[in-house]
Amino acid sequence: MLTCKDASHLASHRQDRPLSFRERWGLRIHLWMCGNCRRFERQLGLMRRLLRQSSRDAEAEVADQALSAEARERIGRVLAEQQSHGGKPSA
Amino acid sequence: MSDLSEAPEQWLEKHGSALYRFALARLRDPHKAEEVVQDTLVAALQSHARFAGGSSVRTWLTGILKHKIMDQFRHEARTSPLEAPERLSSENQDVDDELFDANGSWRENVSDWGNPEDALERSQLRAILQHCLSALPERLSRLFMLSEVMEESTETICQEMDVSPTNVWTMLYRARMGLRQCLEQNGAGRARKQG
Repeated sequence: MLTCKDASHLASHRQDRPLSFRERWGLRIHLWMCGNCRRFERQLGLMRRLLRQSSRDAEAEVADQALSAEARERIGRVLAEQQSHGGKPSA
Repeated sequence: MSDLSEAPEQWLEKHGSALYRFALARLRDPHKAEEVVQDTLVAALQSHARFAGGSSVRTWLTGILKHKIMDQFRHEARTSPLEAPERLSSENQDVDDELFDANGSWRENVSDWGNPEDALERSQLRAILQHCLSALPERLSRLFMLSEVMEESTETICQEMDVSPTNVWTMLYRARMGLRQCLEQNGAGRARKQG
């Protein structure tokens, strides 16, 4: 029988690697019986979605964006300066 | 695979906007995104001689950009107006004793954060989460960002951080435990408790 400590490790590992058959079922049964661990598992899920899913959503939102002409010019100047100072052309 | 014919002068033209979009999706701020693109190209120029090929220029530049974004993430976390979260003192600190009793049960009940659908609530939570990254020891937060912000595989993280897969998973567990504690202190799920 898994403890909450064991289950919380597995719930975290599940985000990073496939669980073995034993681990999967052990976790499933524990979650079925334990409200604290169910809530914990949902917290982990939310943290992942807040970062991963929102990056993907944002990527779709910015799909038509480009570096502005001003930024391009400014960065271009900085790079040109860099090159004239220390940047050696590759052989 | 490497494209050595591509001169540094062309990087901005050919890859500037793609790098910008990558940064913008993660930093959500046009100025900061422009800044990290510039930092990336400057750094690339300085280490150009060391680019041995083996990957495309785009991949190489994106690799540098990822690190610049992570630096920016950490910088933002440090300068956030939110109250500084309690720090986990070391990356090896065993968080389990604090959280679980001798029987391995939770010492305190875990609260319900719900599943906020509201875009504003989500972006607020995301900001707190980002802020909480500063509560983690440097290596732990880098590792967590590699996994969750850059979505790198365990394999890549192992190479980059020079740790074993088992270590990566344990460190990710510690990072998540630290972050959830910090989120809790900063009001995740508070609205739910009142409602």
